[in-house]
Amino acid sequence: MTAVLPDLAAEVRSALGAVVDPELDEPITDLGFVRSVAVDGGTVEVHLRLPTSFCAPNFAWLMASDARVAVAAVPGVDRVVVALDDHHDSDLINRGLAAGADYRTTFAHEAEESLDELRATFTRKAHTAAMERALTALLRADPSLTEADTAGITLADLPAGTPTTTALLRRRVALGLPVDGAARVLVRDDGSPPEPVQAPMLLRRARSVRISVDGNAHFCRGLLATRYPGAEADQVPRPEDRPLLPLTVSKGTHP
Amino acid sequence: MYTKDGEKYHVVDAHIALWDGRPENQRNVHGKQFIDCFYDYHRNLSPESETWGYEEYLYQGGERLMRDVFVDGIVDHAIFQPARLAEFYHRGFGQTDEAWALTQAHPDKLTYNHYWDSRDGENGLDQLRADAERFGLKGVKLYTADWHGESRGWKLDDPMAYRYFEVCQELGITNIHVHKGPTIRPLDRDAFDVADVDHAATDFPDLTFVVEHCGLPRLEDFCWIATQEPNVYAGLAVAMPFIHTRPRYFAQIIGELLYWIGEDRILFSSDYALWTPKWLVERFVDFQIPEDLTEYAPLTTAQKKKVLGLNAARLYDLPVPAELRLPEAGETATGPRQPEAADLAVAGGSGR
Repeated sequence: MTAVLPDLAAEVRSALGAVVDPELDEPITDLGFVRSVAVDGGTVEVHLRLPTSFCAPNFAWLMASDARVAVAAVPGVDRVVVALDDHHDSDLINRGLAAGADYRTTFAHEAEESLDELRATFTRKAHTAAMERALTALLRADPSLTEADTAGITLADLPAGTPTTTALLRRRVALGLPVDGAARVLVRDDGSPPEPVQAPMLLRRARSVRISVDGNAHFCRGLLATRYPGAEADQVPRPEDRPLLPLTVSKGTHP
Repeated sequence: MYTKDGEKYHVVDAHIALWDGRPENQRNVHGKQFIDCFYDYHRNLSPESETWGYEEYLYQGGERLMRDVFVDGIVDHAIFQPARLAEFYHRGFGQTDEAWALTQAHPDKLTYNHYWDSRDGENGLDQLRADAERFGLKGVKLYTADWHGESRGWKLDDPMAYRYFEVCQELGITNIHVHKGPTIRPLDRDAFDVADVDHAATDFPDLTFVVEHCGLPRLEDFCWIATQEPNVYAGLAVAMPFIHTRPRYFAQIIGELLYWIGEDRILFSSDYALWTPKWLVERFVDFQIPEDLTEYAPLTTAQKKKVLGLNAARLYDLPVPAELRLPEAGETATGPRQPEAADLAVAGGSGR
């Protein structure tokens, strides 16, 4: 028999691919956070899972509410149920999602204004990490370059079309930073380029951000697979734009 | 003491616990979720030979603790860092009476730190004075993500917390171990934010703030704060076992810490019973920064000795045999260390 109807479940999964874990800067589908997608006519039920019961509930809310919005936008979807499983705030978050409530209504006295600042913080960190990856790749490739020299490196100096460069450009767009060839790669949080004497410290700070993001991403993937045996099959390897941190994972640590 | 290749290491485990996560002590589902989360950490990061069954993981008791922590005479001294978690467990998570009895039975081997929570208000201040007298406190463990009635987190720069720090200063409780769990309120901002450590450390320069698991998952924020505050230290609880599953990540953590805060402000911790100290000490002594990570200088034996025990012994006035002591590095009090090693070109050109 030939399927003539569009595969709504596949469409939903594809839409969920646009939902990003802001802390790890990766789609929730790649991380294995989508536990199940069930389609019944126009009704879609999505279950999400996280590496621990105590993952920060604000990130959990961002991912779950983004997922609801993303799935609702898929043509053919009439009704969406998104549920977060096995979290210490599952009841609270799932009630809020079911009622279509916003962040402040859901978390009441624990919320002040919005999660915009939180999201902005991690959009900035994602760029900082991408910036460091691009510059460290240059430094490793050219031993005559010093860290102070990185202050003068422009986007045109980066190898065009590589995953590292492409990822950096994407994150610059997200922040509204210029993407022309003359734009300096190394910038502060406010977008301004440093003097050469300030460059090494800025680069080192960026490095600690990148190490943190990459380390957390690998740890969270591992914990998810420990918590939900088999979840590793749902995970996509960390993207090619981050080749600088090969992490060996020994065999036999997962039950 | 641990001996390897003729080198002797005086070992202080700066973070152990005697907990009870058994079902009969669980107050609600969160008690189960909490110990299950610990168990997942344990089995995700432990070598197969060091992985325990779930039942034995729930509770160890004093006798087993003494065997596990002090096996083969490697660890010289260990420090209890209990978590209260009264909302999750009927009798709390850290077992105060049992740990204190054990400490009294082995005063040369154990130090007992207790906890306080600024949300206990005035009564808690009185309790802190009583606890300081009962336990002879030199340090406390603060867990900012602990739940307390309607509140699911607090900050070190809350006005009431400052009252507690003032009492700590007055009573000579100088070692403030901070566990930055995911603090809930307000949810608007990053739950792992360590900015409150910055404020408290600035305002209480006579206290030492040991940030457990070196701020992970916010290593970058921790390093930036700690490099500016000479009284902020890194505890390696939870970071240590990465030495097995993710040695390159561990190398980067250590490399970053040595760069930003230096060798005199890093403390070894097993976080027992999350992990046991023996294999961690053995691995750390054998550990070296991979050669291709040219941005970091190789670890020296002296640095390892300091991290494994000498730094904690200094903070807690623990006796160390004269021949095992080392001088402090005489590094800058603030700002990055070993800046010359930060330059890839220099390090890469040295032929490492």
